[in-house]
Amino acid sequence: MVRAGLSALLSHWRRHPLQLAMLLLGLSLATALWSGVQAINAEARASYDRAAGALGQDGLDRLVSADGAPIAVTVYAGLRRAGWDVSPVIEGLLPGTGLRLIGIDPLTLPAQAQQIDIAGAGLGDFISANGVLYVNQQTAAGLKTLTLPPIRIAPDLPFGVAMTDISVAQRLLTKSGLSYLVVAPGSPKPAPADLTLKTPQGGDDLARLTDSFHLNLTAFGLLSFAVGLFIVYSAIGLAFEQRRPVFRTLRALGLSASALTGLLLVELLILALVAGVVGVALGYLVAGALLPDVAATLRGLYGADVPGTLSLRPAWWAAGIGIAVAGTLVAAAQSLWRIWHLPLLATAHPRAWARASLLALRWQAGVGVGVLVVAMWLGMAGDGLWSGFATLGAVLIGAALLLPVVLAAITSAAQRMARGVLAQWFWADTRQQLPGLSLALMALLLALAANVGVGTMVASFRLTFTGWLDQRLASEIYVTARTPDQAAQMLDWLAPQTDAILPIWAAETPLTGQPGDVFGMTDHATYRDNWPLLYAGPDVWGKMAAGTAVLVNEQFYRREKLSLGDMIPLPGGALPIAGVYSDYGNPKPQIILSTDQLVARFPDVPRLRYGLRVNPAQAPALAAALQAKFALPDGSVLENTSIKAMSLQVFERTFAVTAALNVLTLGVAGLAMFASLMTLSGMRLPQLAPVWAMGLTKRRLAGLDFARTLALAALTLLMALPLGLVLAWVLLAVVNVAAFGWRLPMYVFPIDWLRLAGFALLAAGLAALGPWRSLARLAPSDLLKVFANER
Amino acid sequence: MNARILMAALLLAGPATAQGFAGMGQTADGFAAPDPAYRFAFPADHGAHPDFRIEWWYLTTTLQGPDGTEYGAQWTLFRTALAPGEDVGFASPQLWMGHAALTTPDAHLFAERLGRGGIGQAGVSASPFEAWIDNWQMISRSGPGQDALAALDISAKGVGFSYDLALQATRPIVAQGEHGYSVKSAAGQASHYYSQPFYTVAGTITVGADTIPVTGRAWLDREWSSQPLAPDQTGWDWFSLMFDDGARLMGFRLRDAGAGYTSATWIAADGMATPMPPNTLRITPLRVVKVAGREVPVDWRVELPQKAVDVTVAALNPQAFMATSVPYWEGPIRISGSHSGRGYLEMTGYE
Repeated sequence: MVRAGLSALLSHWRRHPLQLAMLLLGLSLATALWSGVQAINAEARASYDRAAGALGQDGLDRLVSADGAPIAVTVYAGLRRAGWDVSPVIEGLLPGTGLRLIGIDPLTLPAQAQQIDIAGAGLGDFISANGVLYVNQQTAAGLKTLTLPPIRIAPDLPFGVAMTDISVAQRLLTKSGLSYLVVAPGSPKPAPADLTLKTPQGGDDLARLTDSFHLNLTAFGLLSFAVGLFIVYSAIGLAFEQRRPVFRTLRALGLSASALTGLLLVELLILALVAGVVGVALGYLVAGALLPDVAATLRGLYGADVPGTLSLRPAWWAAGIGIAVAGTLVAAAQSLWRIWHLPLLATAHPRAWARASLLALRWQAGVGVGVLVVAMWLGMAGDGLWSGFATLGAVLIGAALLLPVVLAAITSAAQRMARGVLAQWFWADTRQQLPGLSLALMALLLALAANVGVGTMVASFRLTFTGWLDQRLASEIYVTARTPDQAAQMLDWLAPQTDAILPIWAAETPLTGQPGDVFGMTDHATYRDNWPLLYAGPDVWGKMAAGTAVLVNEQFYRREKLSLGDMIPLPGGALPIAGVYSDYGNPKPQIILSTDQLVARFPDVPRLRYGLRVNPAQAPALAAALQAKFALPDGSVLENTSIKAMSLQVFERTFAVTAALNVLTLGVAGLAMFASLMTLSGMRLPQLAPVWAMGLTKRRLAGLDFARTLALAALTLLMALPLGLVLAWVLLAVVNVAAFGWRLPMYVFPIDWLRLAGFALLAAGLAALGPWRSLARLAPSDLLKVFANER
Repeated sequence: MNARILMAALLLAGPATAQGFAGMGQTADGFAAPDPAYRFAFPADHGAHPDFRIEWWYLTTTLQGPDGTEYGAQWTLFRTALAPGEDVGFASPQLWMGHAALTTPDAHLFAERLGRGGIGQAGVSASPFEAWIDNWQMISRSGPGQDALAALDISAKGVGFSYDLALQATRPIVAQGEHGYSVKSAAGQASHYYSQPFYTVAGTITVGADTIPVTGRAWLDREWSSQPLAPDQTGWDWFSLMFDDGARLMGFRLRDAGAGYTSATWIAADGMATPMPPNTLRITPLRVVKVAGREVPVDWRVELPQKAVDVTVAALNPQAFMATSVPYWEGPIRISGSHSGRGYLEMTGYE
């Protein structure tokens, strides 16, 4: 009986392959977007963990010199001879490769810090004059063309890190001093003179810094998943409706309600598993396609090295399939509940989904308004990233809940104002379809609003960012000398050829406990005219020139909730804040002093970098001459145009992922609409047959249906616009401030909306095309059957 | 990465393979070869010989506490070269390994240190004599005109033990083999080898929380070579016997697939050394115990008929196993039979 029942249930899918495809497609797409985003996040986090675990720095103490200078090898040997169990490390960027080279001494490295297994190479090869470089698989892939010591693979190393013997590192990095000493557990505790003990930090900086970025991706993944579930909901609802006669027959034949529900559950689980596997596989492709952009973004924004290739993780497969099953069950819960309670003798005729009662709509309106109030409260009272995203979520849910209410109000108003029977029927019938379509329309609303919101945010950001770059990069040429002597020669040579030479010197210093930068600024019109100040006290430039005040960057200002006039503690005495400048793309706190003050307070500041003001037309020639004259390495002489191009490129890549996810979400919403219309079209014959019988042609009826779909989509679009703008505002004024520490002005781009409206109507039109064609091709006998079968 | 195990491959031990024990049967590319015509020159030869592949400063002491309890202490510095010669800084091809052990009748405590040459973390200077790795050291306190090794202070510490011992030699240094050219196989593999087997010792040892004053005797071996083992030799049994009548016997057997190769030097109480012809020393295992998962013979019959020696040696603590990167058995022994006394036994290559 059970087997016969299951085969009877499954036979439905054989006869409705399109429905099956829709269900599987919806579920796999939802799973794909969700698990793709998860894969990206997992890959990045694993990479941070590896970086954090490099040389046991998450667990082992280190000795560094108090002034940050390299530690002499003799100091190290002296410590060993005095009984300290320490191991030397030399770290540095390998010129021309972007590799972070870590030189270790395998003989003294504590077991906790050992990350590579040199058994394959042998200690002899590792320590030998030639040496061996250990890198992970992904790093190795990028190194093929370089002439380096022989490469060996160590999977546990972070991406972009090469590990080698300390003697090899000394040679490749051309430095002899030690970067730091790793302290083995059990070594004597008090730090020796001139050295400082650094205990491992509790959290991982990189993970914290990039948290907002990943939260962003996760939110998108969740949105896509929710939209995908609408498709599943529609498809399952349709399949259940169409099988009501089968259910009744099975029950009448003696299958218990629990057995029937159980069978349906088994059926759903099978479908969910299939779709889950397909979805996770698709997600892998999505993640693989997006990851290079994500990696570029993370490097550009945070300096975090994440490989551009994906590794397969079993946990991720399990989670992807798990969420597919969970999503299916959530989407099917209502239908299953109905089957459980199906009265044996109830009419087997498929009934169109009940017209929503006024009461239910009112209830929904109440909840919607309530959620929006919560959203407003969150937006105003909340503080931080999570409350920002919670505000976004609440706004979206509230608006989605209100959508059917508003549409019902509009259609009933239209019905009242309509002239003529047909028009009245059109609006009444539209309203009658709303409950069935409302979920798909909600999906469309969310996708459109996300599109408008994110699009506005990105475009506003781009406009602000380009303007800011123009101001900030006012000098035509930026040059970095290799040595102070060279800098002096360079200045002599440049003086007659430039309008101004502006030192750009910076020191690192902790600012309220976090690592920060202090820049020096020379009083010059370049800054007075161009520097992008957000807030400024009276006579800000005068005070800066006099060295009696500082400027702080926006992220520092907001994070620490500072205000103008607050004192910033600095070596040599605190100074008040005279102004706040925007500093996009920099995660660290930063302040600016006058150059004199900088040199006085940080006497060791390297004096190698300068901005040159020249006639823009002469800049390229001067840059080339400068590089040739002083044999400067690539990247030492940069024109502001190339820096701008580079910065914009980073910017574009940052949002390429967002844009891709945006398009995918919209596509999923289109599919949801298609699925809903398919569901409805089959059930609407009883509504259409009388109208047809009264003389309306099938063509006309199909045309009206098509127009109705477009009208609903257009109404949804109209609602999505303000919602999207609210979304953009929350993103710019709440989420961005919390995530990055900067607040951006909002600009609107109505042209983009028109394009989006085109896309939305196109999607709706395409979705309505299928049902429209089947209606137009309906045989008159099918319409007549409605009356024949009437009971 | 297990540097410690890899050190093993480079230095002494490791699995016995067709390549011989610990790869010591390799040809000595670029390294200096031991020369029978060479004559020791001190103090220079107390220092390192970086052109040879391996070298050691190997001190073993048999000690006694105030209550008569017997102890043994070991202080060893090994040098191995990845390439002949010396260089400054981390580029030096010389690697150093220190082993320290303290053996009581019921405990065997040991520690290992590894270090790079060229940077001052470990090394040996000939004059003034000092051998060190980290905070372990062997320093000469000989007066002017004396041999640098005549008076030494040694110290080392590991988890749960430490020692601080003052050594005083009562006789001159003894060259092993023919003028210090010690043949290790019938095929002619050899090393340069001299000993100072006549130390008296006083000092303190610390076991756990107890500091114990001790006295006793010590034996220092100095040996360097580039290829001391024949390819088929798999390990050795080495005896340093300090008889109560003042005589000393150094003997070893290098094991191979056949009967092995034995060599011995008889050192009379007056310090006169007599190298014995190969294979005149006979050693026979009497008792095998399970140590660190291997079968190791810890009691032996040792016979040298030419000198009327027929003794039984028994380990003070049969579990005196050095589970270091180069695993081997090294511990104090008691001598009974034709002669009485104490000494040290070292066995390598038992798997």
